[in-house]
Order: sequence, then structure tokens, then C-alpha cells
Amino acid sequence: MGPLVPEIISNEFNLVIAFIVGIGFGFILEQAGFSSTKKLVGLFYGYDFTVLKVFFTAGVTALIGVLLLAHLDLLDMELIYINPTFLWSALLGGAIMGAGFIIGGFCPGTSVCAAAIGKIDAFAFIFGSIFGIFIFIEGYPLFEKIYKMENRGAVRIDEYFSISPEFFAFLLTLIAIGAFIAVTQIENKVNNKKVAFSRVSLMKHLASGTIPFLFIAVMVFTPDRQEYIQHQIAEARQQKKCTFKEIAADKLAYELINNHYKINLIDVRNPASFKKFHIPLAINIPLDQMMNREWKAYFVQKHKINVFYADQDTTAKKACLLARFIGKSENYVLRESTAQFRDLVFNIEPPATAASKKEFNTYKFRSQAAMDLLNMENALKKFSQPVKKKVREIVGGCS
Amino acid sequence: MKTKSFMNPYMAGLILGLVLLSTIYITGRGLGASGAVKSVVVATVKTTAPQHYEDSRFYQEYDKTHPESPLRSWLVFEVLGVIAGAFLSGLISDRVAFKLEKGPGIRNRVRIIAAMTGGMLFGFGSQLGRGCTSGAALSGMAVMSFGGILTMMVIFGSAYGLAYFARKLWLKG
Repeated sequence: MGPLVPEIISNEFNLVIAFIVGIGFGFILEQAGFSSTKKLVGLFYGYDFTVLKVFFTAGVTALIGVLLLAHLDLLDMELIYINPTFLWSALLGGAIMGAGFIIGGFCPGTSVCAAAIGKIDAFAFIFGSIFGIFIFIEGYPLFEKIYKMENRGAVRIDEYFSISPEFFAFLLTLIAIGAFIAVTQIENKVNNKKVAFSRVSLMKHLASGTIPFLFIAVMVFTPDRQEYIQHQIAEARQQKKCTFKEIAADKLAYELINNHYKINLIDVRNPASFKKFHIPLAINIPLDQMMNREWKAYFVQKHKINVFYADQDTTAKKACLLARFIGKSENYVLRESTAQFRDLVFNIEPPATAASKKEFNTYKFRSQAAMDLLNMENALKKFSQPVKKKVREIVGGCS
Repeated sequence: MKTKSFMNPYMAGLILGLVLLSTIYITGRGLGASGAVKSVVVATVKTTAPQHYEDSRFYQEYDKTHPESPLRSWLVFEVLGVIAGAFLSGLISDRVAFKLEKGPGIRNRVRIIAAMTGGMLFGFGSQLGRGCTSGAALSGMAVMSFGGILTMMVIFGSAYGLAYFARKLWLKG
């Protein structure tokens, strides 16, 4: 699941990736004509709207792509870098950049492209931007206050306006297409160009305009992967088709004592109940957190078996079923509830003197098991802590 | 030789969007440009004026968040790629040449001064605004960053607002 850095691709190799995507970025900017300053500023005088067309198309494409990948559970939206919002610096910085754009005729990325193909004015622009950045850095104590004012954090626009991400994508696409139609007309008027759309070309434009909406519709009208899994579970439960492999308390105690390294004992209750009492050696993964990325390793493995338990039989079974859908591992449910296990093993009363030999044996086994388990938990404290997969912050933006 | 015409803007936008999408999928971050220039500035100061580097607030904050050498940054490598990619594209389309591009009504010297001034403003603004058209506006739009989209609107709004006053730089007399 994305992003691939730093889990699947190392931070070292990431620099190679940077170079490769840089090539793609530079190539396409140059092909689009962004190495020409006259083409860039054409947007502001109405004779060439290439910048707007390229920019908006790229933004809409990437946004819908991001949402689609998230919808399919291939990309974790919580992990990608969202530029933080500092209200005043965004407004003021943006205004100054706008002035730089209209006076200098480039922005930093395009100036690099233009310089790469030998534009002398682009070299001047880069030289200027080095100087501008130097001024900011040296004068930082002066600007620091406004730089850090009105910090809103890494807020997303859909969160800010409390709309769904899909709705924002829909709006943005609508605005983009509206803008494309409008600017093309302005362009033709300014350049005194008469264009009559042929039927075929009109159909082509119409068809390509509907594609983004189709993708958005797919996201709105189909359940995402998590919803899909929940739905599958509900259905399986309703039809009572699922069979569970159960494990009895005594068997579990025996296995834990003798083969603890083969078992993940998973307590799916909430952390508070877990803290109050749990079966020794268990780890706590609350049911509602099972789909979180950090636990994934537990549900995709072939060397250990997972044993789930909870206060109610249904909760444990639900967890077991969920594990079956999100991963690939051998899953068992403890037949007893937490309280039953505790009473059976930890609160066991010595049998009456007239009891059978079997009862005495059971008592002996369980009271010994209780002691062993507690000792083991102590001894294995370090090892039985859940191995939480570290979820690393991703750096990004222009830092 | 006649230079080849530019790519259809929508096609270019689509490909650029896919490049950006792959970047986000692989690395979890977007594209950028101005940050690389900053890295160069910081690295230069670090090597030429180490004492000053130790004393200034900004460099110290930068050092704390960037434990490795300033040039060992993602954006520096990305911009090296941009240079290579743009050059390659220029070669393919016969556009590589030393050339000064300017509006019809101005002298070369004016264009150079304007480009430098514009660069200075853009460089300064990109630091204040935490990113330029690539890092804040384009990448911000793709991940729906409120700040990024706001910055984008202000950049273009401000440029439109000032376009009238800068018209002599770009349009015929």
C-alpha cells in the first residue's frame, strides 16, 4: 500500500526516484512550452492560456488519481504530505510570488526548464531567486512572526469546508472545464482567430470531459475497500455460512506454555478492559483498529496462528472474520470469553476431596498453568509487546 | 531547422498529472522547485561562512529539521532531473539554443533586470509562502491542501492584478 517510501522503497533509493520523476517533470514542462516566458505570461494578457490548461488538467488528474487510489485502499491519505496552512504567509507570499511572476515571466520550476535549454533570461531569473531566498533567510528574524502567524496545520480544503473529497473533486473538475471553455474563447478573440468546431472534434472534447466525472461517479457509487469488507462480513454472518476454528481454554493455556512462539494471542477489547485484565501474553488490538496499517503484519503471515478473544463470543468471531478478509493467516477463536477463561484458569477452586482423579488433574494443570503463564508474561515482557509498525511522517513541500 | 510545436496542453496536463500522481504514490510527497534553490543557498552559506551559519536563527532551525547535508535533499535531486528532462525535451524538439526571450517593446537590458527582479520576488515569496507554483500550488491542489490552493489563487490573482502595470514588458507599445 502506498506511499511506498519509506516502507517498501528506502529513503536512499528515494533520491534516485526524485531524479527520475524530475526528468519526467522537466520533460513535460518543456514539451508543454513552459520554457518560453512569452507563453507563460500569455495567460495574463489573454493571448495564450497554455499554463492554465496544463496546470488545471494536471491538478484534476492527480487529485482524482489520489482519491481513486485511496478508494481502492492502495494509498493511505493519512500518510501523504499535506502542505500546512499558515494564513498570512500564504496570502502575502502568494501576492509577492504573483508580482515576481508577471515581472520576471517565470516561476522557479519553469525557469529551471528554460535555463536547461539555454534561455539567458531564465539564468537571470534563477540568479534573482537565489538572491531573494538569501534575503529571506538572512532577514528571517524580521519575517518570522508573520511567517508563523495563523497556523491552521495541515488542513485539507474538504475538511475546511466540511465537504466530501469527492465533491471537491467534482467542483474542481467543473471549474476546470468551465475555465477551459471560457479561456479558449478569450484566446480566439484576442488572437482574432475564427474557429468552427467540427462535429467530430466537439464529440472528442465532450468525451474527454466526461472521463473525470466517470471516475468521480465510480468513487461515489461504489463502496471503498473498507466498506466492502464490512459488507462482506455482514453478509457472511447473516447467511451463517462462516465456520470458525475454535480453541478451548485448556488447549490454549497448554499451547501458550509450550509453544508460545507459535501463537499471537490477540485481545480485541478496548484498551481499558485490556489493562484491567487480559490473558497473559496477549496483545491488544481493539476491533475497530484492526484495519489500521500498523497491525497489518499480524494478519498477513504464515508462521504463527492468531487466536482472538473478547468478552463476547460474537466480538471475537467478528474479529476473526475480519482478519480473514484483511489478511492471510490462520485464525482461531477462543471458545471461552475473557471472564470464563479467568474463572477457569486463574480463579479455580480446589476440588472437594471426593472429586474424581480427572478433576484433580484438571485442577493441577490449571493452577500450574496460571502460575506459568504469569511467570512467562513477566519473563517475556520485552518480546510479547506488540511489534507496532512505525508509521513515519513523510516530509514534503518545499522544505 | 524549424523547432517543433508544443504538445497539446491537455495532453501535457494529463501526463504531468500522472507524473505527479506517481510521485505522490511512490514517495508520499509532491513535486517542487524552490526548495532546491534554498538548499543550494543554505549549502553555500554553510561552506563559505560557517561561523555565520552557527549564529543565525534560520540556519539553526534548518539544521535541526535537516540533519543531513542540505544538498542531500529530495528536491535537489528532483531538480537535477528537471534540468536533464527539460534539456532532453529541448533536444528532441530542436529548441536548445542560447536565446534571450522578451516582449517586443523592450531592450535586452530591461528584460534581464526584470527577470532578476521577478526572480528575487518569486524566491522571497516562495520562502514566505512555503512553496512555489510547483510545491504549494500544483502539489497542494493534488492533495487538497487548503494552504496550497489558497497560495495558488493568490499567486495568479496577484499576477492578474499587476498585469496591467507590467504590460510594457510583454505587449507591443
